[in-house]
Amino acid sequence: MRRVVTFLLVAVAGVGLAGCGSDDRGAGTGPSADATARSSLTGDITVLAAASLTESFTTLAQQFEAAHPGVRVTLSFGGSSALATQITSGAPADVFASASVKNMDTVVAAGDAKDPKTFAENVMEIAVPPSNPGGVTGLDSLASAGVKTALCQPQVPCGSTAAKVFTNAGLTVTPVTLEPDVRSVLGKVTLGEVDAGVVYVTDVRAAGGKVTGIEIPTDVNASTSYPIAALSKSANAPLAAAFVDYVLSADGAKVLTAAGFRQP
Amino acid sequence: MTAPAPGREDRPEARRDRGRGSATTLTARDRARRAAGGDTTRSAPAPLLVPALLAVAFLLVPLLGLLLRAPWSDAWPILHGSRAGEALRLSLWTSTLATAIALVVGVPLAWVLARSSVPGLRLLRALVTLPLVLPPVVGGVALLMAFGRTGILGRYLDAWFGITLPFTSAAVVMAETFVAMPFLVVTVEGALRAADRGYEDAAATLGARRMTVFRRVTLPMVAPSLAAGAVLCWARALGEFGATITFAGSFPGRTQTMPIAVYYALETDPDAAILLGLVLLLVSVAVLVTLRERWVRGGVTS
Repeated sequence: MRRVVTFLLVAVAGVGLAGCGSDDRGAGTGPSADATARSSLTGDITVLAAASLTESFTTLAQQFEAAHPGVRVTLSFGGSSALATQITSGAPADVFASASVKNMDTVVAAGDAKDPKTFAENVMEIAVPPSNPGGVTGLDSLASAGVKTALCQPQVPCGSTAAKVFTNAGLTVTPVTLEPDVRSVLGKVTLGEVDAGVVYVTDVRAAGGKVTGIEIPTDVNASTSYPIAALSKSANAPLAAAFVDYVLSADGAKVLTAAGFRQP
Repeated sequence: MTAPAPGREDRPEARRDRGRGSATTLTARDRARRAAGGDTTRSAPAPLLVPALLAVAFLLVPLLGLLLRAPWSDAWPILHGSRAGEALRLSLWTSTLATAIALVVGVPLAWVLARSSVPGLRLLRALVTLPLVLPPVVGGVALLMAFGRTGILGRYLDAWFGITLPFTSAAVVMAETFVAMPFLVVTVEGALRAADRGYEDAAATLGARRMTVFRRVTLPMVAPSLAAGAVLCWARALGEFGATITFAGSFPGRTQTMPIAVYYALETDPDAAILLGLVLLLVSVAVLVTLRERWVRGGVTS
């Protein structure tokens, strides 16, 4: 009886330790360990994702949770630069999905993530309030002094990508505010506090009828790549890896494409 | 467990006291009192002293971190390159203007709250001091809903005068005034309540008009509290973040105040964030010193 209990304890400990990557200890337990390994996708992970991924990652997390009962995915959205700072300062998180390679590189350089994979691409669009109070017709309008434009901070991907667009178009745009992430820009447009904001095409789609999108011509538009990686300090590495795989899978691509993201 | 613990903790405390005693010369009476175990004035009991020391450490270690992690050797080029000057300038003049506005309208409000007998005064007091406890971001959203381009007042400002307040330096001043004025109002109101009304009554019986009484008797009487309240209000305005970033946004030189600059610098250049933080720390220390030297002591003696 005591032996059975010990075996069970070892098996349970093995499942728990699998998260620490030390499953070789349970080598002697044979096929039963494999069977538990498949259902060992339990527990919680925290995913830090770029603000532009709000809707698509919420959907992805729900689907992932539905596919793996007992799994809970906690999402936190923000500007990629702010999230990268959080991670390199030791924030407890398991997965990072950035809206630019640059912010992911910061995390990789700090030794907090390895081998990021690009899962989506995005391009910019002008968002204006439905009434279009600034009479914005295109990129040129944003350079005129009478048009109040909101942009992202230059260190945030939506800010640096918008800057590329203006460089491509040879325009100098002086915004009224530099927001911490793309959703803050969208919010200022939705509230009607600014005449225009430069956001991602996916944000215009996510806002539904609350903003009107004005397309940026392809020849001057700029794109940004979205890399994702499991974080080295994850307390649940198998689950983190499984979530990354799910985002990169065909199912993940379907959700992202529906939100307006392009596949890399 | 319970019995030996205080005894054991007594010893380091005694040692610490001896250290302090050597600096201030330990008198024979002190020693005698300590031997008798009747020392109540100089040493705190361990159950109070230990948490107190923890609190001190908790409050001071972060500041120490700021000092120790500061890149002193490159301080000047980093500060110079981070456009700290314009953020500091903006912060200083907006918080000073916010304090001035708070003085002009807040002091009369404090008088009304302390001296008048308008019905519903208690409710009014609760309402106007609400920003004191309201999360500043909520204040920012509220300001946006009131004075934003589509706000309940802001839409008329825009339609009739073509004035839009958000994203301007004026919005920074408004956000700071909204958050900081209650500090002044509460401080001055308290002083007005505590002040002896006999002097005011005497002045009135001698024929002084009510405004004269307020100017020549009431105000000088509460001057120390007025100044303390103003400094408190100014410091709160200087540190304002949430309401400002929500209502005024962030643009260097126009709406990006020091706290916002510190926040963003942490994402791009942590060294600059530390140095900008130290500049604010320096200003705060200066505020405390001013408060202490000029007003706290002055208030006691006058």
